[in-house]
Formats: sequence, C-alpha cells, structure tokens
Amino acid sequence: MPCAPCDLLGLSHPRKHPNHSKPLGMVAPKLVGIGLVAGFFGALFGVGGGIVIVPLLLLLAFDQRRASATSLAAILVSSIAGAATYALHGEVKPGAAALVGLPAVAGVLLGAALQQRIPVHRLTIGFAILLTGVGARLLV
Amino acid sequence: MTLAAVALVGLAAGILAGLFGVGGGILFVPTLALGLGLTQLHAEASSLLAILPTALVGTWRQRHYGNVDLKAAAVVGIASILGVEGGVIVAEALPESVLRRLFGVLLIATAGQIVWRSRRGS
Repeated sequence: MPCAPCDLLGLSHPRKHPNHSKPLGMVAPKLVGIGLVAGFFGALFGVGGGIVIVPLLLLLAFDQRRASATSLAAILVSSIAGAATYALHGEVKPGAAALVGLPAVAGVLLGAALQQRIPVHRLTIGFAILLTGVGARLLV
Repeated sequence: MTLAAVALVGLAAGILAGLFGVGGGILFVPTLALGLGLTQLHAEASSLLAILPTALVGTWRQRHYGNVDLKAAAVVGIASILGVEGGVIVAEALPESVLRRLFGVLLIATAGQIVWRSRRGS
C-alpha cells in the first residue's frame, strides 16, 4: 500500500509477527512520530486521528484489534488537548457538542453490538456513498 | 434542523461509527456544520469535545477486553499534544471555505479507505 507519511516515518517495512514483547524503547520514536502526525490532522479536522493512528500501528505489527483499541486510548488524550486549546480560543460550542456527543455514546454501543449480528460488508458501499455525498456537499 | 433531529443524527452517527469502526468525529463535524449551522472551525472545535464521551466509553470497554497497549497509547497521546497545537494554528489560519473543502476531501478519502478495507477483508 503506498503511504507517504509511513515512508517519512520509516515505517514502510511491516513485520510479520506481533512485537508485543519488543521493548517500548525500540518503537518509541516511531510512536512519537505517529502521535505528532495524528495530533496535527486530528486538530486540523476536528476528528480523533484514528484514521492516521490505526494504519500506522498496523505497520508497527500491531494486530487490528490492538491497533484500534490503542488508537482509541491515544485519541482520548489528543481530543482533550484539542478541545481544551480550541476552548481557550472561544471556539468550542459545548451545548452543540453535548447534543451530538451524548446520544452518540448509545449509538456506538448499539453499532458495536449490531456489528456482530449483521453482514456489515453489504452496507459498506452505502456508507461510502453517504460519506462521498456529504463530502461533495462540503466541496461546493 | 431541529434540536431533536440533530440529537437523532448524533445517535445515528454513533451507530455508523460503531458499525464501521470509524471515529465519530468524521460524522460529528458535518452534523454540526450542516445540521446546526456552525462555522467549519466551530464545528471542528466542538467535535473534539463531542468525541470525548464515546472515546472514554470505548477505551474503558477495550481496556476491559485487554486490547489496549497503555504504554504505546501514552506515548502516542502525549506526543500528539504538540501536533494538536500545530493543527489548531493551521485550522485557525485557513480561510473558512478552504477548511470546509479540505474536510470534504477527507470525507471522500475516508469513504475510499472504508471500501478498500472491506474489499481486503472479504
């Protein structure tokens, strides 16, 4: 898979075996690089940064489950930093954030439970079309 | 959009995020911008706050399953703070229309990534 940021970080050669026993010191510089890039994109776009963190952790031989879970914990830190910085500049609307963020908690739990029961891959194209439509709406 | 409708979209955004394993933010930002009429910058800033409850619940659950590499998450998370400060500076410097269009491109790229991932998986 071509991945420009991975090349920049020297992450282009994925290992075949999980490196759970590897000392943190050896991968720490790469993790720092992942954090810097993810924090930048996350704050620039108001998203957690998982879209950057998960693929890069996969390249560091994390398995999918561990990569997603570890990304989620890291996002907690970057989102707090981003929300706090924007809030200091008066750009956060807490009421609006609560209005979408709190119902979403129930939604995510429901979605994760549904994932085990329905053939999600059949819905993928529909979701991709939805994202593309909203993306196009923002482009014009 | 009425407030109830926006809350429903928030719920739906959560379901889609849980189903497809994407972060809620990618759906919160357009909901806040198009649904509530926030500026792109305010939508992005507020989205980061809106992410926190789901990220908190998700991390707690994944930690329970033993999937979180806490040390790695701490290194990525702490390093991200510096990146965040850079991202905020750039977002605030960019004209509203440019920021909005860049986000549109991000959405379309995410759509591509989801399709690619599902093709690879099946």
